[in-house]
Amino acid sequence: MNSSRVGVRALRQAASKPNTFFSHNIPRLALANLQTRGAATTPTLKPEDAQAILAEQRKRRPVSPHLSAYDYGQTWFGSSIWTRITGSIFSGSLYLFSAAYVIAPLTGWHLESASLAEAAAAAPYALKSGVKFLLAWPFAFHLFNGTRHLVWDFAVGFNRTIIKQGSWVIWTSSLVTALGLAFLV
Amino acid sequence: MAALRSTSSRLLAAASRPAAGPTMFARTMASVSSATTEANPKGSADTRMKSFQIYRWNPDTPTEKPRMQTYTLDLNKTGPMVLDALVRIKNELDPTLTFRRSCREGICGSCAMNINGTNTLACLCRIPTDTTKEMKIYPLPHTYVVKDLVPDLTYFYKQYKSIKPYLQRDTPAPDGREYRQSKADRKKLDGLYECILCACCSTSCPSYWWNAEEYLGPAILLQSYRWLADSRDEKKAERQAALDNSMSLYRCHTILNCTRTCPKGLNPGLAIAEIKKSMAF
Repeated sequence: MNSSRVGVRALRQAASKPNTFFSHNIPRLALANLQTRGAATTPTLKPEDAQAILAEQRKRRPVSPHLSAYDYGQTWFGSSIWTRITGSIFSGSLYLFSAAYVIAPLTGWHLESASLAEAAAAAPYALKSGVKFLLAWPFAFHLFNGTRHLVWDFAVGFNRTIIKQGSWVIWTSSLVTALGLAFLV
Repeated sequence: MAALRSTSSRLLAAASRPAAGPTMFARTMASVSSATTEANPKGSADTRMKSFQIYRWNPDTPTEKPRMQTYTLDLNKTGPMVLDALVRIKNELDPTLTFRRSCREGICGSCAMNINGTNTLACLCRIPTDTTKEMKIYPLPHTYVVKDLVPDLTYFYKQYKSIKPYLQRDTPAPDGREYRQSKADRKKLDGLYECILCACCSTSCPSYWWNAEEYLGPAILLQSYRWLADSRDEKKAERQAALDNSMSLYRCHTILNCTRTCPKGLNPGLAIAEIKKSMAF
């Protein structure tokens, strides 16, 4: 395609320049055929038809893959979404426990602090520590990462390496803290 | 030169290409080493075959679902960058593969795509030399696909237009010639003016995926900050007022995929944080 264009252009330039060997009119007449050749081989579209084709295409275009294609380390473990997840865990369990506490007298549940402490003391060590860990990790993660987000609000700590290292620090320190809270305290 | 080369290759192709299906026809390139694939079977020391899985979708057959098509290239005969591989696939394996490219040096932003999970410019992204792993190439995430690797960025450009990306001021220059600024003020624009609007950052942002209609996204907000930070611009209050709603700016949750992905090494996350800070204090 390029090459044919180049040839046409060369001919056209030759025709448009004053030339001692040819009279002006003959090559131009010859070129009139050459120039319309492209239009004859490809069907011409009216602008409104082209617009209609575009509109029809736009209706059918797929959305490119996003969560499934993007680097899991960034979208799933980039720690921002986990701040929201851990926050939701805590607010959700607060609502659940509050609702249960309100209806406890009607259903006969014992959710007072004293009876809960008694139940925890009676539970086997593994179960008790497991439940504690399930609460301690979201707490530690939310606390640490929330602090990081507060620091970011002052437009500090946006260096790429600091962001990457920070994510590692948040994940490991929250896990270590949670293990400590669950099994040592 | 290009025209000559394409003529000869087209003549060759017309003679050797069967009617259906992509085929490989021999064509030497300037960078090709003297060792040929014919002499050395696949897997020998002189060939490094690497597979590229590329997202395909054709608007002419819209009922067909998008699929991944695998192409295998010898890295010894391919340039170092992903764009080299794509161009080679298009030239020699499958001319129907569609992608945008122009400058091949990271200044036009045309070849932005999702390569091995992160958005980047194909022309700036080296092909990993580990031939055991397949490369995966998708169009920019959560965009409408025009064809294959070409996303529809119409709305992205409309959003860019909406922030009035030009100098706005009413007072004429004191010397009547040009708007001057100090070196310190000029320095504030470093890291902002280099943005080429390739949309890598915006389409890496989950928040932008879910709220592209209203949230401006990292690229446009970085541009917005480029004009907010310009000492010569006099419409700072208006620009800030335009951002002061729940969606335009504050859908940013500091996920920072934008900063991690920017192929130009800029920091959209920091620019957004600076805007938030300037609006808060």
